[in-house]
Amino acid sequence: MGEILLKNAWVIDPISGINGEMMDIAMDGGRIVEYVSDKADVIDAEGFLTLPGGIDSHTHTSGTKVNFGRYMSPEDMRAGRTPKKGAMHVTSGYSVPTTYGNSYKYSALGYTSLVEGAMAPLEARHTHEEFAFTPLQDSFANVLFDGNWGMLGAIEEGDIKRAAAIIAWTISAVKGFAVKLTNPGGTEAWGFGKNVSCINQTMPRFDITPTEIIRSAIEANELLHLPHSVHLHCNNLGTPGNYTCTLGTFDIVPDLNDTRQTLYATHVQFHSYGGSGWSDFCSKSEPIAQKVNMRPQIVIDMGQVMFGRTTTMTADGPMEFNLYRLHHDKWSNHDVELETGSGIIPVNYRKKNLVNSIMWAIGLELALLVENPWQCLLATDNPNGAPFVKYPEVIALLMSKKYRDAEFATVHQDTGKRVPLPAIDRELTWHDIAVMTRAGQARALGITGVGKGYLLPGAEADIAVYPIRVDDIDPAQQYEEVIKGFSQTEYTIKRGRVVSRRGDALVHGENTTFWVKPNVPSEYDMTHDERFKEHFERYYSIRMSNYPVQEEYLHRNYCIRTETDLSTTHD
Amino acid sequence: MIIEDVPCPFCGCLCDDITLTIKNNRIVGVENCCVLGNAKYLSKQRLKHPIMRKEGKWVEVSFDEAIEETARILSGATRPLLYGWSGTYNEAQVTAVHLAEELGALIDSTTSVCHNPSILAIQEVGHPGCTLGQVKNRADLVIYWGCNPIEAHPRHLSRYTTYADGYFFENTVSDRKVVVVDVRESETAKIADEFIQVKPGGDYLILSALRAMVRGRGDVVPATVAGVKKEQLQRVVDLCQKARYGAVFFGLGVSMTRGKYKNIRNAIELVSELNRKTKFTISAMRGHYNVYGFNEVLTWMAGYPFAVDFSRGIAFYNPGETTVIDVLARKEPDACLVVASDPGAHFPKTCIEHMAAIPTIQIDPCVNPTTALCQVQIPVAITGIEVAGTAYRMDGVPIRMKKVVETEFPTDKQILDRICERVRELNGNG
Repeated sequence: MGEILLKNAWVIDPISGINGEMMDIAMDGGRIVEYVSDKADVIDAEGFLTLPGGIDSHTHTSGTKVNFGRYMSPEDMRAGRTPKKGAMHVTSGYSVPTTYGNSYKYSALGYTSLVEGAMAPLEARHTHEEFAFTPLQDSFANVLFDGNWGMLGAIEEGDIKRAAAIIAWTISAVKGFAVKLTNPGGTEAWGFGKNVSCINQTMPRFDITPTEIIRSAIEANELLHLPHSVHLHCNNLGTPGNYTCTLGTFDIVPDLNDTRQTLYATHVQFHSYGGSGWSDFCSKSEPIAQKVNMRPQIVIDMGQVMFGRTTTMTADGPMEFNLYRLHHDKWSNHDVELETGSGIIPVNYRKKNLVNSIMWAIGLELALLVENPWQCLLATDNPNGAPFVKYPEVIALLMSKKYRDAEFATVHQDTGKRVPLPAIDRELTWHDIAVMTRAGQARALGITGVGKGYLLPGAEADIAVYPIRVDDIDPAQQYEEVIKGFSQTEYTIKRGRVVSRRGDALVHGENTTFWVKPNVPSEYDMTHDERFKEHFERYYSIRMSNYPVQEEYLHRNYCIRTETDLSTTHD
Repeated sequence: MIIEDVPCPFCGCLCDDITLTIKNNRIVGVENCCVLGNAKYLSKQRLKHPIMRKEGKWVEVSFDEAIEETARILSGATRPLLYGWSGTYNEAQVTAVHLAEELGALIDSTTSVCHNPSILAIQEVGHPGCTLGQVKNRADLVIYWGCNPIEAHPRHLSRYTTYADGYFFENTVSDRKVVVVDVRESETAKIADEFIQVKPGGDYLILSALRAMVRGRGDVVPATVAGVKKEQLQRVVDLCQKARYGAVFFGLGVSMTRGKYKNIRNAIELVSELNRKTKFTISAMRGHYNVYGFNEVLTWMAGYPFAVDFSRGIAFYNPGETTVIDVLARKEPDACLVVASDPGAHFPKTCIEHMAAIPTIQIDPCVNPTTALCQVQIPVAITGIEVAGTAYRMDGVPIRMKKVVETEFPTDKQILDRICERVRELNGNG
């Protein structure tokens, strides 16, 4: 992490308002600086496209269900095997690579920060153990609250501040970053094999609806001033006609924050389906995108599906069971007491399958129909829609109508009657892609303040240099060049050090785990709340004192402290 | 000094509510613990120094000498085997995987001789499971199949099932039904509402009969299946279908008897089928307190839960070929490192003979039957008593083991780190 001067970089840095300028970037001590001395190591970027390090705001790379995806799938492990080479350890796995596999592959794609999309608090230690072996990316964990008995109980009592206090205690106990709701209400109902149909159905165990859970969690999140908004996996994932549920959900979201969205809705492709069943299944990307266009308080990610084999894994246990009944392949489920559920099944998205073809089209349509790229981020819900190694192809599809048409000609022949994709001419620009793969994520996650997502002095020196000369290629025509260019960086720089070069990881690396700690007044500190403690000791299967993730699991870490609006006087 | 909420380093229940009384750096009192854990906490026997065989005799040596000899043996071997791991913590297991990678060794754990078939079944059909607290709060039907928790996991019933406080129960004992399936009337069978005494080797047949009945095809089931009357099977099916939440726990009585992984596959498919009617989960009764931790570590590091062979440069997994018993029976290994387990007490004779014929090293706090097979033994600190570190409960919940007394002994991780470092030097990768 000495001095480095990256010369002749052709920079797009949307947050800083830079859109294609030849620049020299100076780095020292892991940060971008104004100047370096003449002793600095010089790297010549040769005019290549240079972006802030990639940030995946919703991926599944670490923790209990990811590892179970590996555990139950030796066939997937065999599908991606690399030997020890230089600083690189042995890796296995294609759709669910081992931790080193994830880290090396993401680094080769220029990614330097990853948000684990769903961490069950009870099993958080596992996620943090895997973070330690994903060394080339900084780590963030979304914490699952969808079935949290403490929080749901407080919401049932109408006590939002108590709900916020429980969120605050839990999120800092498990060293998490943001509030995640997965099928709110549904995962708890799944404890007895049930589900909720949409946002206005009352839950079996608590006298509240998903609407109340979502609204209350949003309010609590803003009371705690967390950097990220509530991160929502909507109810009803994957069912025909679910777009009405998604629209209804977007309608209940208030606009409470000036600096970022109030709701991050993830993998919205899976929630944009029309039809009353599989026979009339169709795309409803248009009304969904239109709604997003009208509501600046919402940011979504695509949840793009790409064809081929992958593994689906989510906290949405009932959804995975439904998927199992469709696919009849192997099925794993793992309910987590008082908190959430989860499920895993392998899938193969096939072009010959009409539903799969429509799903592929919907993700692209969302990205093309949402006008503002800051409101629709690029992700596949790795590995649910596709493994992240498909990102370069997704980028190329968004930048080239020609490529989309060529692909469209190979999908199920009836797809055209069910989707608007062929009629969409929009081709995204290099700047749009820079927004949708890093700058938008940094802003949506609320982490620009800790130096993420831009390249001005003061920022973390996380940089990706792609072997692409923007002036020499036309992405609308030369989409193969776009795929190739985004598939392997020339240099990936993490915290001021070259960590990956032309696909090979060069160092062992040491990531930073970012976590939040809201500053809660003493009467809202659950550590000393008798009712909370009594309930915990009685119904959890581990002792409350053994629940918090100890400092030993954090290695390098950065605690984001927030001031809260939990005043000492009750109102 | 009193230390509360200590996780017990004995079985896969990983009870984390033990209270220990410490006086003069010794454990003098144990509360809440079962007899098995209690014995471990209060045990005073251990090996005091590293030992090596020299000219046929055991001699005490320094840690430096023992480590040097271990590194020399392992780095000089062409087919080293690293085995054990279930009685140590994740952080040490991680070093073990790095060592295996560095050596191009075959690494396997005690899983290979216990729930190996359960994992093979899961790799075929998946695993509908849950954390133990889910069972505690919800399960009104608990089925213990081929296991005897009262003797092998003594607090399983009181912490997680029959006798545990559960949110959805007024009276946990009377509101929950217990079914036990076993070949003999075990202690656990005595408390069952329904005890199915199956003829040895008949589990697969019973599971198939239950599946047929759940699917409404009771007509194909004969009057007696593996010594069990059809009427009794029908009663059990009715119990299953009436339950709000059924939880199956199975042990080596199903996974290691005739049919092996096919039995477990059948049981999992029965559970998947029952999920179409009500809620059901199935879980393995894992033995050692951190046997599951090794499966998790090896999976995130190399992609597979056990039996990984690094000799080809990549992680290669082929149970039946890369499993410890098979590789020893073929007399392939030319050096063996045993850590935190006791194969000398459990392996077949031919395997033990081969281990005795090659240089075998053991890292373990105590003298045990494996010691007799070894050339070198290095004593270490005891995890969960003298060392802190991570262990995974049988349901995958990770818990941090505590250090409650001070020790002069080095930890498993420290010893393995030094061996790894020395092997790298000897291999010219230092």
